[in-house]
Amino acid sequence: MKIDNSLPLEYSTEENSLKILGFWIFLGAEIMLFATLFATYFTLENRTGSGPTGAEIFQITPVLFETIILLTSSFTVGLGIHAMRIGKQKAMITFFSITLLLGLAFLGVEIFEFVTYVHEGAGIQTSAFTSALLTTLGTHGAHVTLGFFWGLFIILQIKKRGLTPQTTNKAFIFSLYWHFLDVVWIFIFSFIYLKGMM
Amino acid sequence: MDFFDRFAVPHPSLAIYASMAAIGLTIIAVIAGLTYFKKWGYLWREWLTTVDHKRIGIMYLLSALLMLFRGGVDAIMMRAQLAVPENTLLDAQHYNEIFTTHGIVMILFMAMPFIMFFMNFVVPLQIGARDVAFPRLNALSFWLFFMGAMLFNISFVVGGSPDAGWTSYFPLAGTEFSESVGNNYYMIAIQIAGIGTLMTGINFITTILKMRAPGMTLMKMPMFTWSALIANVIIVFAFPVLAVLLAMGTLDRQFGTHFFTMDNGGMDMLWANIFWVWGHPEVYILILPAFGIYSEVISTFARRNLYGYKSMVGSMVIISLLSFLVWAHHFFTMGQGAFTNSIFSITTMAIAVPTGVKIFNWLLTLRKGKIVFTTPMLYSMLFIPLFTLGGVTGVMLAMSAADYQYHNTMFLVAHFHNVIIPGVVYAMLAGLHYYWPKMFGFMLNEKIGKWTAWLLSIGFILAFMPMYVSGLDGQARRMYTYSEAAGFGLMNMISFVGAAIMAIGFVLIVYNIYYSTRYESRDISNDPWDARTLEWSTHTPVPEYNFAILPDVRSNEALWDAKKNGHVLFKGEYQKIHMPNNSGIPFIMSCIFFVWGFSFVFSLWIPVILTTIGIFVCMALRSFEQDHGRYISVKEIEETETNLRGA
Ligand code: HEM
Ligand SMILES: [Cu+2]
Repeated sequence: MKIDNSLPLEYSTEENSLKILGFWIFLGAEIMLFATLFATYFTLENRTGSGPTGAEIFQITPVLFETIILLTSSFTVGLGIHAMRIGKQKAMITFFSITLLLGLAFLGVEIFEFVTYVHEGAGIQTSAFTSALLTTLGTHGAHVTLGFFWGLFIILQIKKRGLTPQTTNKAFIFSLYWHFLDVVWIFIFSFIYLKGMM
Repeated sequence: MDFFDRFAVPHPSLAIYASMAAIGLTIIAVIAGLTYFKKWGYLWREWLTTVDHKRIGIMYLLSALLMLFRGGVDAIMMRAQLAVPENTLLDAQHYNEIFTTHGIVMILFMAMPFIMFFMNFVVPLQIGARDVAFPRLNALSFWLFFMGAMLFNISFVVGGSPDAGWTSYFPLAGTEFSESVGNNYYMIAIQIAGIGTLMTGINFITTILKMRAPGMTLMKMPMFTWSALIANVIIVFAFPVLAVLLAMGTLDRQFGTHFFTMDNGGMDMLWANIFWVWGHPEVYILILPAFGIYSEVISTFARRNLYGYKSMVGSMVIISLLSFLVWAHHFFTMGQGAFTNSIFSITTMAIAVPTGVKIFNWLLTLRKGKIVFTTPMLYSMLFIPLFTLGGVTGVMLAMSAADYQYHNTMFLVAHFHNVIIPGVVYAMLAGLHYYWPKMFGFMLNEKIGKWTAWLLSIGFILAFMPMYVSGLDGQARRMYTYSEAAGFGLMNMISFVGAAIMAIGFVLIVYNIYYSTRYESRDISNDPWDARTLEWSTHTPVPEYNFAILPDVRSNEALWDAKKNGHVLFKGEYQKIHMPNNSGIPFIMSCIFFVWGFSFVFSLWIPVILTTIGIFVCMALRSFEQDHGRYISVKEIEETETNLRGA
């Protein structure tokens, strides 16, 4: 394995730079995935059948919480990568752990939100609107859940093996994924919640 | 009892019992054969766990040929049913199932893997690479595709086939009108195969962008590699759309959501729209690599460089963009208004322009060429006029006002077979004959090959031209029978004869493989066609590492330059080569996916949960695994190279 020391560790081998490019392309596919969900949501937004409308069920408080939590976690994962670049393994693991805890908190609030919706008679089977809403939110939530386990495994590997070209590469790709989820959330926040509450 | 009822076929018939028996016997024969010849170890080591792009390619090829026959039997049964008026060979339900499975099998499980075969086998060789960017992911892609295809195929004997057309329009495909598990199979099997395809897309874009041999700039890539790159870009943009669509269809059918239902706000036309946002680009995923193959074959056998290289690339890029802007031409008559229709009419017709550019480029390549009439060239020569005819009827269909006449008639069926058979299937057969010697070290028999090409073409003309006529006369598609008085009898009888001739043609291909395996000479050079691109510069059979020394590329016809201008392709000394290790994870994970899919189809939630966990465990294992591959030493390379040169 040739290692090019003029580059950051995560880019330092050929395999690593292949993986990073591949992951960017994967994110392109993810954009299409969420775009399709958004397109569906906008089409069905007002087709509420006999169920409630968005304005009736959306609540600003939990959503604000979710937004703040997720934005913060995006910031901490960035700090983690910064720590990784300057070789501070401990700091990195701390920042990654904070990120994952924030991810868990986000999921907690989201689950609470879903339970409330169902109580208010807005389950996934209620109307086209609720189907589209809960599927879009659920897909994002499932991504966060997956990200949680993924991040956890990376922390374990770094603990075991230290900062090597392989582990830093994985961590870097994970951070791209996490930032991406944040960007998707901004869209959900603006175009689903804010728009729906107006 | 209730529990087991679900696995029974809702409309059993003799054909279904016969296939059950055939499937059972084949499985037993395969298992017995493997055991008797003690080949389990070989199978596992050399094929099931392989990460070699050439072997993965060959497995795609085998699957595609297998599925060609499954789809072909469906086609023959349909033509036989329609051959005479008021026929009772098949009932309406069975006919529905057959046109549905025929369409899906042909497009997704036959044409797609055929394209994947070419990409896998040819692209790394053509760009002078030793492998694809992510060899294990590549194996996983194949196995997911394969398990998806198998899951789809067992629908025929376990629980019932899908019956709402390959487009699976809702509400017809919803639980209200389609109660059996057939359409669950549709949603899940295609989903599994589709994930594999998406990963192939990512893999090959990375490969082509990052792993080209020294000196090969983008504008020096051979045309097939260009076509593969563009097709893979379309895959990455189109397949996620399909994944979401199928997920929503699954939710509607199995979890009572209201995306496409008729009540509580659901919108059935949403399915049609999203389906075609994927579906139309999908046909270009098939046709662009086919164009790439024709470009290689035509320039090789016209003994001339491809005319208008840049316009060939440019036209493909334009086609790929336009392919996302035309989807609504599939429902001109479903009430979307004159303005929308006009827009989509124009974008659709616009595609004819870049396609026309390509046709002229091929013709101009032939002009002044010294044409050699081999089998691959014969297919390419038959392609040009036949495909052009299909293109012309496509423009006819694109005129939205006129489409009220043709819509959902046999005219449409004639049109799309007219582009897809000469366009895609002929390209696959041309490529099959062309690359066969590189794969297996001997040629396919030329005489049988040419007979086959002519038979297929005669059969094709007889089978599909009459459909234009009966379609204009008003024979609707997807109708299982028609009355004597309708007067469609003669045309449909001719069609049946044509389809039977085509069937003979396809059987001849298998015979050719058998015959050539036995009798064709093994004494062929690395470059039996006197070709122009890099895949012909390495040994036959291709060693595991493809190239002992990476080639030094100067133009888009690197080998031709080496031959004519005395340029040395392989300079320097051998160095040890890094190769990936085999891995059982892709295969095992895909087997779990198969069980997952099967359980999902039948809503068996406990196995679904268990297998979901299994899949994630595989991913976690892969994540923790440390496998840095292995090195092939200089000594081993020297030995392999002398052996190959001696043989
Ligand atoms: C080789 C000879 C073939 C014959 C004789 C044949 C015949 C037919 C017939 C009779 C139909 C049904 C028309 C109806 O709806 O009533 C059909 C539909 C179809 N065929 Fe073929 N076909 C052939 C090859 C292919 C190939 C190679 C492909 C694609 C790669 C293909 C793709 C389709 C599709 C997508 C449909 C539409 C299915 C639907 O209505 O849902 N066919 N074909
Ligand atoms: Cu189309």
